Amino acid sequence: MNTRLVKAQPADVLKDASMIKQKEMMAKHYDRLTDAPQTGAKVASTFVPGNLNELIMCFDLVNNLPEVNAIQSGLRRQSGAYIMEAERAGHSEDVCTYVKSDIGMMLKGNIGPNGKELPKPDVLLLSYTGCFTFLKWFELLREQYKCPTIFLQTPYMADGKVTPNMVQYMVKQLKETVIPTLEEVSGVKFDIDRLREYLKKSAQAEDDLVHILATGKNKPSPIDAYFGGIYYIGPIFGAFRGTDDAIDYYRFLREEVEARMAKGLGPVTPDGQMTEEKYRLVVEGPPNYTSFRQFWKMFYDEGATVVASSYTKVGGTYDYGFRHDPDRPLESLAEYCLGVYTNRSLPMRIDMLSDYINEYEADGLLINSIKSCNSFSAGQLLIMREVEKRTGKPAAFIETDLVDPRYFSAANVKNRLESYFQMVEQKRSGKGAAA
Amino acid sequence: MTKQPVSDIVARCEALYDDLSFSAAREWKEAEPGRKVIAYMPVYVPRELIHAAGMMPLGIMGGGDNLEVIHGDAYYQSYICRIPRSTIELGVSGRLDFVDGMLFPSICDVIRNLSGMWKMLFPDTYVKYFDVPQTYVDEIGGTFYTGEMRELLHDLEKIAGREITDDDIRASIEVYNENRRAVNELYALRAREPWKAPGSEAYLVLRAGLLLPVEEHTRLVREYVAAASAEDRPIKDNSRVILTGMFCEQPPLNLIKSLELSGCYIVDDDFVLVSRWLLGDVPTDGDPVHNLSQAFLHRSMSTAAKYEPDQEEKGQFLVRAVRDTGAEGVIFASTSFCDPALLDRPILQNVLKRADIPFIAFKYAENSGQMQPIREQAGTFVDSIKLWSAA
Ligand code: SF4
Ligand code: SF4
Repeated sequence: MNTRLVKAQPADVLKDASMIKQKEMMAKHYDRLTDAPQTGAKVASTFVPGNLNELIMCFDLVNNLPEVNAIQSGLRRQSGAYIMEAERAGHSEDVCTYVKSDIGMMLKGNIGPNGKELPKPDVLLLSYTGCFTFLKWFELLREQYKCPTIFLQTPYMADGKVTPNMVQYMVKQLKETVIPTLEEVSGVKFDIDRLREYLKKSAQAEDDLVHILATGKNKPSPIDAYFGGIYYIGPIFGAFRGTDDAIDYYRFLREEVEARMAKGLGPVTPDGQMTEEKYRLVVEGPPNYTSFRQFWKMFYDEGATVVASSYTKVGGTYDYGFRHDPDRPLESLAEYCLGVYTNRSLPMRIDMLSDYINEYEADGLLINSIKSCNSFSAGQLLIMREVEKRTGKPAAFIETDLVDPRYFSAANVKNRLESYFQMVEQKRSGKGAAA
Repeated sequence: MTKQPVSDIVARCEALYDDLSFSAAREWKEAEPGRKVIAYMPVYVPRELIHAAGMMPLGIMGGGDNLEVIHGDAYYQSYICRIPRSTIELGVSGRLDFVDGMLFPSICDVIRNLSGMWKMLFPDTYVKYFDVPQTYVDEIGGTFYTGEMRELLHDLEKIAGREITDDDIRASIEVYNENRRAVNELYALRAREPWKAPGSEAYLVLRAGLLLPVEEHTRLVREYVAAASAEDRPIKDNSRVILTGMFCEQPPLNLIKSLELSGCYIVDDDFVLVSRWLLGDVPTDGDPVHNLSQAFLHRSMSTAAKYEPDQEEKGQFLVRAVRDTGAEGVIFASTSFCDPALLDRPILQNVLKRADIPFIAFKYAENSGQMQPIREQAGTFVDSIKLWSAA
């Protein structure tokens, strides 16, 4: 089972195996999307949290994720111009910048990361999980594309539990509206056995992902579970869950990470192998994408590794035991949507972050508060204080944006981080003195 | 009924509005042992169920511009709207210490997260995030919603220490039907003769409905309608406008007054939506929870916090409101940092453009102080409407 990676050298493994695999997968996927008008493939736009990739695949639809497009635009430094374009078209400066990046991109010809025009969606699958903005976002897209729009409501896990009423509601929506509309749009009849097959594959990749993320408990951690984590979650949160490609990717990655762990190595950064693990952090909130490298560098230059993060749970909280289950296909899709991080109540988020600090033996919590994301940001100051209180570990707060370059102030972030690391040091020496 | 002058009724409503200790609800609660008060946030909760439990529903719309926010800011970044922080202020300053429960309807992510914060901050209070369906098929959204209402009823029974019967709910539905009728009479008067019922007064009368027992509020609305209809007030050369976007965080009273001073007759709005959310009477025969659910699914208002499944229907509520009230334009007044209102705005504006209805837009916060720019903007809008209609 391990044959593929055992032969490779760790240094190139990181770039060469899983990363290259992911790059190829992404490139192929974007080509499938942009070739859709020629190939006749039909396209479903949908969101990352609560995405129903296995179901979408049952109808031979190609999955287009506007959030991923916004991330790509951010990483390519195009989102700034797109956001301005959307604001010129009447969008407020106050609202979610993912939406504006997407709308701006559409207004400027909808050119995907492969330089070709992205197709119009044939259906908008509004799987509404953990963020109200999704609802408005697809109303905005529907206005432009005038295509069928399917609404799948995920009730919020406000009381920290999933009730039968919630699951039944979701299963009913799947059976009575989502599946029939997807059949209609695609012309493909729904085959539950096909869905089971995909779900089985999902669970396989999910097992590996859980294992990979849990390696952050090691000292040093062989992974960075925030900056590196973004790459790790890419395939499973995006358009690949349920595919053989995802299974291969996660097996690759797991083997690489294990090899690194066996050698006592830390994570690999864009500037090479991290040598010393000085700080172990848990991070809450999405990253900034417009200055992603610069942001990450501020961490690894100081020897800070993120050992666990909440952002890597927006597309599923697999570490809490959830797996897609071929024996309960629709229920399991429902439970998947219900459990994603953004659909979890504030007390649940606090529990999770506190657990991470303890289980991953972190030095503290860092919150990256995103200016335009109410779903994550509203309540984070209380989260910070509560986690601090419960764990006795220092917490810090920085503010940036996902894809709006106007809200990334490198000097500010760096300053805050530096004082945070000092705080951690003080805490350590204070503890040392007291002991 | 002894006739009260309009100014007295409005003064009473304004005193209620200004009273950030919620004395009226406190007094109601203290008047009899065992009474309970259940508070709720905008936009909509089925108050009938609370009433049926013998409790008083109390509407909380933030702290307005009179509340000094001392602690609330420590809970929120600068880029989040005001209502959650002033509501937290009301809570941590003890102003809501008499409240037995707090309902957070599903309006947006901010209110949703606030429900969790409330649980952390006030562990002894009953806290419920009240989820409503965003799909409107009877067997799907309807079943879910009746399930949610039954759960709420179950919780209320525990708090009340008694069973809530279907007859209790039916009786409460009737009480609220009567209140809705009264409120609709008020809106009809404003649309017909806006000089008799200015928006700022009507607003206060509506706000009183959040703070008083419903029966008392119905009487008060009727008294106001009667007194305002009878009063001889001069007709001004104002333009009729509809205000929209104010469904959650509320504008300062001064803002509404400023719009009027700049030449607007506000003939419709989305203030205090809970009092008008269900359109028309809810039937009082049959299964009352089912009836409330049906009304929500098929006969309720439109707002940014609610999904509109039909693209053709999107925004038509505004076009219809313009036609029904004879309005000449629409003012989009949205809370700063309010994703639902601000993301909805461009779609609604496109609908209005296609219907040839003029509009303007601005943002506010519940504690906005500077009214001059809004006054100027609204004044220019009114002038342009007049020019436009003269042309
Ligand atoms: S508000 Fe936050 S969670 Fe919602 S779409 Fe925007 S970035 Fe994503
Ligand atoms: S004002 Fe808008 S963003 Fe703020 S709580 Fe209300 S609906 Fe949510």
